[in-house]
Amino acid sequence: MSEANDKTPLLEVKNLRKLFPARSSFFAKEKSWIKAVDDVSFTLNPRETLGVVGESGCGKSTMGRSVLRLIEPTSGQILYKGRDFGKASGQELRKMRADMQIIFQDPYASLNPRMTVGEVIAEPLNIQKRYKTAEETRAQVLKTMEVVGLNPKYYNRYPHEFSGGQRQRIGIARAIVLGPSLVVCDEPVSALDVSIQSQVLNLLRELQNSMGMAYIFISHNLSVIKHISDRVMVMYLGHVVEMADKKELFANPSHPYTQALLSAIPMPERHSKRKKIILQGDLPSPANPPSGCIFHTRCFMAKDICSTQKPELRDIGNGHMCACHFCDGCK
Amino acid sequence: MAEKILQVKNLKTYFHTQAGLVKAVNDVSFDVEKGKTLGIVGESGCGKSITSLSIMGLVEKPGKIEGGEILFAGEDLLKKTEDQMRQIRGKQIAMIFQEPMTSLNPVYTIGEQITEALLLHEHMTKRQARERGIEMLKLVKIPLPERRFDEYPHQLSGGMRQRVMIAMALCCNPEMLICDEPTTALDVTIQAQILDLINELKNETGTSVMMITHDLGVIAEVADDVMVMYAGKVVEHATCDQIFEKPMHPYTDGLMKCIPKLDDDDTKELSVIKGMVPSFDDMPKGCAFCPRCPQAREICKQKMPELVEAEGRKVRCFKYTKEWEENV
Repeated sequence: MSEANDKTPLLEVKNLRKLFPARSSFFAKEKSWIKAVDDVSFTLNPRETLGVVGESGCGKSTMGRSVLRLIEPTSGQILYKGRDFGKASGQELRKMRADMQIIFQDPYASLNPRMTVGEVIAEPLNIQKRYKTAEETRAQVLKTMEVVGLNPKYYNRYPHEFSGGQRQRIGIARAIVLGPSLVVCDEPVSALDVSIQSQVLNLLRELQNSMGMAYIFISHNLSVIKHISDRVMVMYLGHVVEMADKKELFANPSHPYTQALLSAIPMPERHSKRKKIILQGDLPSPANPPSGCIFHTRCFMAKDICSTQKPELRDIGNGHMCACHFCDGCK
Repeated sequence: MAEKILQVKNLKTYFHTQAGLVKAVNDVSFDVEKGKTLGIVGESGCGKSITSLSIMGLVEKPGKIEGGEILFAGEDLLKKTEDQMRQIRGKQIAMIFQEPMTSLNPVYTIGEQITEALLLHEHMTKRQARERGIEMLKLVKIPLPERRFDEYPHQLSGGMRQRVMIAMALCCNPEMLICDEPTTALDVTIQAQILDLINELKNETGTSVMMITHDLGVIAEVADDVMVMYAGKVVEHATCDQIFEKPMHPYTDGLMKCIPKLDDDDTKELSVIKGMVPSFDDMPKGCAFCPRCPQAREICKQKMPELVEAEGRKVRCFKYTKEWEENV
């Protein structure tokens, strides 16, 4: 893409919104909307990993899919290498998509059981008409299989013959076979056993180093996010509540939600000295989000202002963004 | 010596499948002390869930308990009839399952499901059962218990459903509670609430707990003793402090190292356990872990090591036997 230079971020997302219609009852005339992703903006540089963390229902997966337009965003702008991806269509869209891929969470559900491993991995090449002959395609598939650590002799096997970890490798091979610059990893290791999880994490990092991809890495597991990311974005009920450099975020978590999230992870160590913050209650329904600060119903620091006034996401120093009335630095 | 509420001796639960015999639980022995929590850790397919189902007498065909003893308060559960087991299940031993979404019946209200055990085991009247049920919902900290009592499972969130499961399990004051991955399907902040609740209830009621999980973090928070399983066998059994201070079996050690931790140096690669769990139709001849073990020697390929006593714990590895030195 000629118009992009080194300084252009790979991806710029501005005010991304995704609303899903929800009717309170079948006969209700007025539609209400579930704000799955509400006003999310970020930039992603080439070769960078942005970790997106949050609990179920916080909109992290919807965000990841909206960026690729697998779910059409309601509003907002997506600039990919300086070009408006949000408005691309037809041939142009298909061409741009070759450069952006996704790895799904469930290695059991995301592979077509009727296709052989070779066919699964070759499909993106065929759709993009990358090679003229079947031999070239096959050669590329075999090469990719080797890169992700799958024995090429499994070319003609079916997904059910593989274990979870190997299936996830097939999913990774499918995502990288076109040599993309951006890969959205949607909980790629949460369905795997711990001993397999570390293998896949190492593979993802190795591929990033050798192929120079940028990742949007979505996970609910903060330890995994910390291991793999350069920058981290914390989401709650469709909103970004905090975003910062990884080191900064884990050293100085400023939003009360991030603090609680960090303290809640059970650590494999005895007599831990960490103070635990146990949040009260459940995640509110996104169909009926709390007024003011969306987190105030569960927040241990909430004051009167929090239920009436929505805190803006603002820079509290060195690009550390936080959306809280009382976070350090905003006082 | 503390009183033992549960003693499992040489339990063997096999599955007779079309593909052949699967030894899901292969000669497993352990005790649970009264008022203590035993954690059972392992990856999927290691036999940890089948162990708990065997205790509850819930192993279904083609599975069969082929041998061993399960002594609960001195009585062998394997010699009980189905009717006798029904008296024990839910009253003396209760179980919490992994998926609160699927283990509650969607067509009955929360109240009906909680009171079922009370009506059956405690012979309460409906009114008494309702009062006790609401009291239980209060105990597990469900807001507005009177209202929730008459609601259906789909009206509750995942964390609330798991609370209902706990309330159901505890309503007859069981002497032992088996938790099979109770927090795996839940978010971290909700997981923290539930673990906190289980710990609190254990301290209040003195119930013994068997906690099955794949998450060593959960174990560190709740367990007194830990048993690590691999491919149907116990590979290490020690106190929780011992295990976290110094894991002795190479598998336990590998498990500990391959989890990313918050205070790790994250520029480094994660250490891995290479390969994967062997499938049951393709078990190695010797130690089941030997194809993945970084320290394996010739002897490990030849025969399965015994569970031996070493440094005040039990571990199944040749490293801690005389044969190790003779086999350089």
